Amino acid sequence: MADARVAVAEAVADSHGRIVAALIRITGDWDLAEDCAQEAVTVALERWPSDGVPANPGGWLMTVARNRALDVLRRATIERRKLADLAVLTDPSPGPAPASDDRLRLIFTCCHPALSLEARVALTLRTVAGVPTADIARAFLVTESTMTRRLTRAKAKIAQAGIPYRVPSGSALAERLPGVLAVLYLLFTRGYDSDGEPAFATEAIRLARLLAALMPGEPEVSALLALFLLQHSRRDARRDADGNLLTLDRQDRARWDHDAIAEALRILPDADGPYALQARIAACHTAEATDWPRVAALYDRLAEVVPSPVVRLNRAVAHGYAHSPADGLRLLAAARAGGALDDYPLAVAAEADLTARAGDREGAVALFERAAALAPSYAERRALLTRAEDLSREDD
Amino acid sequence: MKYLMFVCTDTEPETDESQVPDIEKWVADNDAAGRRVDGDRLAPPTAATTVRVRGGQLLLSDGPFAETKEVIVGYDVLECADLDEAIEVARAHPMAWNGRIELRPFFSA
Repeated sequence: MADARVAVAEAVADSHGRIVAALIRITGDWDLAEDCAQEAVTVALERWPSDGVPANPGGWLMTVARNRALDVLRRATIERRKLADLAVLTDPSPGPAPASDDRLRLIFTCCHPALSLEARVALTLRTVAGVPTADIARAFLVTESTMTRRLTRAKAKIAQAGIPYRVPSGSALAERLPGVLAVLYLLFTRGYDSDGEPAFATEAIRLARLLAALMPGEPEVSALLALFLLQHSRRDARRDADGNLLTLDRQDRARWDHDAIAEALRILPDADGPYALQARIAACHTAEATDWPRVAALYDRLAEVVPSPVVRLNRAVAHGYAHSPADGLRLLAAARAGGALDDYPLAVAAEADLTARAGDREGAVALFERAAALAPSYAERRALLTRAEDLSREDD
Repeated sequence: MKYLMFVCTDTEPETDESQVPDIEKWVADNDAAGRRVDGDRLAPPTAATTVRVRGGQLLLSDGPFAETKEVIVGYDVLECADLDEAIEVARAHPMAWNGRIELRPFFSA
């Protein structure tokens, strides 16, 4: 019984997106596609415990979902062509897929820029990854009915506005790909944040892996996957036994996922896109001793590509370690000019750290306490207060 | 699919005038491709009259139905394969640069 449940969960994780994507392509009906995929899961949960798990679980689910869709459409007497296409729809075969892969179409449609960012993220989770609406709602701190409405509205917009079910080509692809990657990135950080939904990080990695397999010629896609793998490799080492967040230098490296790191370093492209630069910086932090001048140089380039206040903040920190705390403080002041980082807890924490290393313990304690007061999660607050307490103790 | 293109002004237009496409070329291109069904410029909102009937009584007011900084200055009816094509048409219109454009699909497209 338990084995059958696990088999169903694995088959769903592996094939849900493929099934829904194929059914949408042929029927053009998002709700029908999702309902049929869901019904196939229900049937599997009924039958597999007694009948045994089929040899090709994904293919089995596809067949049941397809037959269900055929039934519904026959009853609704939909055009003959759709029925004919559906009748020849066969088992999804895992492995390398062409650019016309249905899942790729589904991802690009779910991430269409004519949808709001929150709708894109929710729709990708629900439709491509098959995450239950209730789980998505919990992660985004809204009620299930609000999330259901958000998903319904997004699907209605796709149909009414004429958003095509297609992977863009040529210059349109270059224009649209960053938007898709941004959705995956948001998904990952939502899973990786200290108070987040951890399963979303795994889901983001799964989707990035799929995208990397479907678009092997895009360095930014493999860079994003590498970035996820590198950050995720530290998931078990980020906290001490009491659940307190640990900075990189205090983590037990034996608890890092070294297989994930090896995979990331293998696929990391030597490119200058925003994700490639971030992944290359993350890779520097896996070394026994961080090459800070190299990190600082990579941040210099990242700040040119993505001149955001947060990137400039991190650049200041890197220069603080690569050269001198005074350099870091000078760049931090420049990044804060115009008030972009006002009350941003990480900016205050960075200033506190640089101030401590510049020798001003008293000033640093006050800044760590201020950063703690601004921190969004309990774990982060604790980590910052610990730094303040450690510094005060050194004072005595 | 049929889309109505509302051509509006914007309080923050593109500052680099040299980049802005030419309207004559836009009209010619899209007329030739059969993507532009109809379109025109509109008189300013000061010429607008808003009409309501309440309790069977005609209520007229001077001016547009919404007082906003952005005003509709023209429209075009597009016939496109899908939203992506309509977006490509809209982005090549000078008012996408100097103003903003809303693409609204027809109810029975």
